[in-house]
Amino acid sequence: MLNTIRLLALTGVLLLAAGPFRPVEAQNLPRPRFENENIYGFVLFDVFEAAPGLEGSPLAWDMFASIGKEYDRFWIKSDGDLSTSQRGGEMEFQALYSRLIAPYWELQAGARFDVAYSSEQTRRRGHLVVGLEGLAPYWFELEPALFISQDGDVSAGLTGSYDLFVTQRLILQPRLDAVAAVQEVETWGVGKGLNSVGLSLRLRYELAREFAPYLGVSWSRLFGRTGDLARAEGEDTRTVGLVFGLRWWH
Amino acid sequence: MKKKLTLETAPLSRRTFLHQAAAFGLLAGIKHLLPAYARPLTGGLTPPVAGSRPPTVYELTIAETGLRFGGRHARATTINGTVPGPLLRFREGEEVVLKVTNRLKEDTSIHWHGLLVPFNMDGVPGVSFPGIRPGETFTYRFALRQSGTYWYHSHSGLQEQTGVYGPIIVDPAGDDPVAYDREHVVVLSDWTFEDPHRVLRKLRKMPGYYNFQRQTLLGLLRGEDLSLRDRLRWGRMRMDATDLADVTGATYTYLMNGLAPEDNWTALFRPGERVRLRFINAGAGSFFDVRIPGLPLTIVQADGQNVQPVTVDEFRIGIAETYDVIVEPREDRAYTIFAESMDRSGYARGTLAPREGLQAPVPEQRRRPARSMADMGMDHGNMQGMDHGNMPGMDHGNMPGMDHGNMPGMDHGNMPGMDHGNMPGMDHEGHGMQMGAMAGLAPPGTLPPAVPHGEDTHGPGNAAVPMMTRSRLHEPGIGLGNDGRRVLVYTDLKSMEPTIDMPPPTREIELHLTGNMERYMWSIDGKAYSEAPEPIRIEKGERVRITFVNDTMMEHPMHLHGMWMMLENGHFPHLPRKHTLIVKPAERLSVLVVPDETGPWVFHCHILYHMDMGMFRVVEVTEPATAEVSQ
Ligand SMILES: [Cu+2]
Repeated sequence: MLNTIRLLALTGVLLLAAGPFRPVEAQNLPRPRFENENIYGFVLFDVFEAAPGLEGSPLAWDMFASIGKEYDRFWIKSDGDLSTSQRGGEMEFQALYSRLIAPYWELQAGARFDVAYSSEQTRRRGHLVVGLEGLAPYWFELEPALFISQDGDVSAGLTGSYDLFVTQRLILQPRLDAVAAVQEVETWGVGKGLNSVGLSLRLRYELAREFAPYLGVSWSRLFGRTGDLARAEGEDTRTVGLVFGLRWWH
Repeated sequence: MKKKLTLETAPLSRRTFLHQAAAFGLLAGIKHLLPAYARPLTGGLTPPVAGSRPPTVYELTIAETGLRFGGRHARATTINGTVPGPLLRFREGEEVVLKVTNRLKEDTSIHWHGLLVPFNMDGVPGVSFPGIRPGETFTYRFALRQSGTYWYHSHSGLQEQTGVYGPIIVDPAGDDPVAYDREHVVVLSDWTFEDPHRVLRKLRKMPGYYNFQRQTLLGLLRGEDLSLRDRLRWGRMRMDATDLADVTGATYTYLMNGLAPEDNWTALFRPGERVRLRFINAGAGSFFDVRIPGLPLTIVQADGQNVQPVTVDEFRIGIAETYDVIVEPREDRAYTIFAESMDRSGYARGTLAPREGLQAPVPEQRRRPARSMADMGMDHGNMQGMDHGNMPGMDHGNMPGMDHGNMPGMDHGNMPGMDHGNMPGMDHEGHGMQMGAMAGLAPPGTLPPAVPHGEDTHGPGNAAVPMMTRSRLHEPGIGLGNDGRRVLVYTDLKSMEPTIDMPPPTREIELHLTGNMERYMWSIDGKAYSEAPEPIRIEKGERVRITFVNDTMMEHPMHLHGMWMMLENGHFPHLPRKHTLIVKPAERLSVLVVPDETGPWVFHCHILYHMDMGMFRVVEVTEPATAEVSQ
């Protein structure tokens, strides 16, 4: 007790002796808080479109939403297509934790959930995901990812895109989607090796940066065993069609 | 009726406004909104008569007010109802009292930019004082130890962008060494009708949001700007050669004394007079290039400190800098005061005229420049003394974001692994490092030598690491100096009086200005303030050399509170004393400081949005260790 009093007294003397100036910490001021400490959210529909000429006249999307600060963020990604002329569609959802590991790269890990349905059946499966999201030299946006399904099947995906400024507001975006698998998964129409490649070209006009209608063409092809499985289902292995849609973010 | 037109409380519809503007005259409306110095037509300031006592007590009320900029309605944060706020005019040696009342719904503050005050009067919430709560009045009280042109602004949130700034003139205690017949204050600033928080959120999501001057495919086909080869180089580095300003004319209206270009602020003169123009850049995000076609500009003061007169055609004024300029218009005609934003996305404009109603042609805006390899610290051709070919073992492999091997014109292939860490006499371990070991302490006044960047890449918050950083004080800056105009450079600045007789500094502190343009991260040594809240410590009276190294591709106007920075531009003992310094991309610049006031002071980038992303530090000045009781 005496010691405590002595200590308090000494502290008081020291504070007085330090004069009008005390260290910053001792002023008990809340440290200035800046915007970088605030959480912010971002939603981007990079693709949100209709393809009336394609089989089933599908509506397709590829979007993400993220929330967090600079280094650590939580992401939701989704892409898929829904047929409008018959019952059927495929969609994919990912929930990821994302960490900035290099100036241009985020490391992402989490879970993926797939749903595929048609008039006959609905299938679902889950994956673990590890991937990267970032900007490669020459301004290529790249999104490579590795997936391990609940059954232990391993596959990989790559999405790449590029924004070519034709004018200040007219932007041409070529885009690549590719999927490859280590083993065959017949129920999901997945063959070994390169499964599919999709190439597309979209020309958007940024009415505002956040709001840009576009027109484009998309081409895709299924390969190898994946193609065989699709043919067996009576589907085309090669599609090409016009798309029109909207790129929107907030 | 006038009052209703100008200080309306409810927003008027545009149609109502136009109707009223037509009925009463737009100028009459604006006139009422502005302090005397800023009115659309002004005869100039009335300096206090020698021997008279200027007011030493000011009452300033910060509130939200409806205003108009360029005929468009806005909600601004005003000081005594106007943007900019009133002119505060003092005399050196006076003790002044400033009562600041907060009528906002959030905290506010006023910082006296460039004035040497006790730390608890400096006005930085969370560092100097708690801030001014809504409804409260805070009384600032300090003695003026200097004279010159300064300014004041809020240091709370983004209030500065919404209008909380104004000019300060401190008249010298004795005779003014600058002779003039008439004077005007020219406050340059930028206004956005958007909520600045929204502006910042957009930048965080898309740092190029406001850049509508990119290089395009159409431009390439037309042969404009960079060649394909150069564009590919920039692409390889994932850098944008047109990244000149984060916030641009796409949202900004550039203001001169609170007036948009079309409102044409007009300052009167009589032909043959020596007119002193006190330029203040109170912008939140804009550098201005200032010229008055037809008139040479004689710079007599920089950052409030008299300098040996130097005559130029044009000068760049960084955010938060001030320059006093003498012009002598002899002709009976109007002259345009033209302040182009550095990225050429817009301009502020006013007129010098012998009488009302005159105006001169407004010059055409120049084309925005593009960044060069020099801004990346990579033009080896001009670098003396760096022969990479002969440096055995330089290791650039672990510099992310820079793949030298593939840069055209740079062959690092036959440089097996140069290891900076092992270069004799260079210790780049950490920061706040001792460069002194390199060649003994350079005497004050020498220019910093070109130095290869150390090994520390500063983490993911720093996108680019310039290979070489060097002094660029003799360069006018991007987009200037190539059209025959004589442009002010930092090596032109020589203080009027010799700098204090200063022995070489005893300590060196190196600070890297860092950022990641792709993610709108801004920092010092790769860390935002929240990641590095520990203060930089300097003892009172200690002679310290601070070296700023700009690792980024943008200019940063760095501002240190509480003490002068003596810019080492080679003119010792006439080093200019500055409160704010533009540090160019890939530049290494050093200043000497000798703090004479204890306290926590802040050091930050004066691009408001950079500061608000954490490009900010606290510099704590303590009593010398010998005087400390606790030790
Ligand atoms: Cu900055």
